Amino acid sequence: MEREELVQFLKGKAKELRKTALTMIYTAQSGHPGGSFSAAEIMAALYFSELNVDPQNPAKADRDRFVLSKGHVCPILYSSLILKGYMDTSEIYNLRKYGSILQGHPDMKKTPGVDISTGSLGQGISTAVGMAIGLKRDHSPARVFTLVGDGESQEGQVWEAVETAAKYELNNLVIILDKNRIQNDGFCEEIMPVQDIEAKFKAFGCDTHNINGHSIPQILDALDAVRNTASCKPQVIVANTTKGKGVSYMEDVPSWHGMAPNEELFEQAMKEIEEGEIV
Amino acid sequence: MKALRESFGDEILELVKEFPELYVIDADIGKSCKTVPFKEQYPQNHVNVGIAEQNAAGVAAGLATLGKIPIVSTYAVFGSLRMIEQIRQEACYPNLNVKVMCSHGGFTPANDGASHQSIEDLGVMRTLPNMTVIAPADYHSARCLIREAVRMYGPVYMRFTRDPIPYIYDESVSLTIGKAHTLVKGDDIAVLATGDIMSFALEAVNQLHAQGIKARLVDFHTVKPLDEEAVRDAIDTCTQIITVEDHSIINGLGSAVAEVVAEYGKGRLFRMGVRDRFGESGPYEELLKANGVSVAHIVEQAKTMLEDK
Repeated sequence: MEREELVQFLKGKAKELRKTALTMIYTAQSGHPGGSFSAAEIMAALYFSELNVDPQNPAKADRDRFVLSKGHVCPILYSSLILKGYMDTSEIYNLRKYGSILQGHPDMKKTPGVDISTGSLGQGISTAVGMAIGLKRDHSPARVFTLVGDGESQEGQVWEAVETAAKYELNNLVIILDKNRIQNDGFCEEIMPVQDIEAKFKAFGCDTHNINGHSIPQILDALDAVRNTASCKPQVIVANTTKGKGVSYMEDVPSWHGMAPNEELFEQAMKEIEEGEIV
Repeated sequence: MKALRESFGDEILELVKEFPELYVIDADIGKSCKTVPFKEQYPQNHVNVGIAEQNAAGVAAGLATLGKIPIVSTYAVFGSLRMIEQIRQEACYPNLNVKVMCSHGGFTPANDGASHQSIEDLGVMRTLPNMTVIAPADYHSARCLIREAVRMYGPVYMRFTRDPIPYIYDESVSLTIGKAHTLVKGDDIAVLATGDIMSFALEAVNQLHAQGIKARLVDFHTVKPLDEEAVRDAIDTCTQIITVEDHSIINGLGSAVAEVVAEYGKGRLFRMGVRDRFGESGPYEELLKANGVSVAHIVEQAKTMLEDK
């Protein structure tokens, strides 16, 4: 696919991912739309361009791994897996239902394509580091991608994981920071400022790539850069994003961190996503 | 006499030959936990995350998803409490093949004081679904149980201790996880013990036999899953039970046995252990004695219970 064609294709996928995730959350009347939408373009680029994965063979040994460290935004992960073909589309309506394979937070034992169970913040990135150590020592071509929140990075364990990644020169690890600036209780800047987070990653021994996390071309450029790097350092993509991106009433509104829309707002959101153009 | 932490250091050097996917994850106290020869001989199977236990548990879980058999090695107090949520979320909930094998259990880091003593580990680990909890009694049984723990699939917490202790078993020992082992037969009263305090219990039971009291001694090396049949058999045969552990009487072996006794609806139990209080710096035996745990206390307790019968 030519670059421009790919960009248009991924923009379409991001749109589909948002609509699918919102339908899941609306049907369940629970879930986390804000952080799902800030990550939509990133997830589209990963699952429909970058990741070496096979929905027909989810356990393939040399597949790339994806760890959703900010596990609460699993609607956007489940949407990616459904659209990719890991599950039947009817699963869209089963999020958080009793007995469902789509739990409120990612469950590797229940959901095909989920590489590790997550949900307790700060822990997914450690598991990604473990995977990257093992894959590197096995000389596997597989890489490990993990999506971490900026609010999540208040957890000290995130930095324990990052310093370990640097020590073991895990250039097969790609940490994508979804810097949407909002956490459960409000703006990170008020709740707990994360300071110059890019500088922190650098200080902890990583290469960083600072991008607009809704710009497909910028995401693709960053993914190219980390794939082709000659550096032995862990690769960090600082993705500047907007929480709730794509739905006017959700954008930059902290209360949409973890809330489902009513019917009227759902219809409005679906229309805005369909008709909207991002970046 | 040999310390249980030596069992760990010695056994992993053997096990890695059988299981090349074995990994040891240190958190800066490899010297104390006896992993240095492993690190030197098998650097490709060794990770040291530094003083970051929470990350150690997560790294182990990530390795386990690749089919590795990671063993996190640290002190019991940190291995159980500092990283308990990581163990719950990333090892037990996804039922990954993560082992946590810790030295310095119970009061054995005696001089270090309360901060480093571990009197809650067996209890907190026991409450986690999918977790197996083991406390070996001596060097040889520890090596056997480490082997069995690595051979079985699933999360395991295993507690070792710091100081040299007497041999109870010989090299040919063969124990099964989840199956208690009767060390001394008897039907007057039953002493059920776990961990390296077994040597105290054995000495006490031998003294009781010398005085004509046929006390039974059972090694409950596996605290979970508890061998409930062995508890019920002790009740049926002996009626009265004394549990002995270098651990809080809350939530450890005593509590696990009490649950079985209560549901069985018969029998009588005395829990000997740390009596809901912290330790302090001091000699190991004195710390236990202050909680009513010693050879003499076991002997006296057995006699008192038999007189009350």
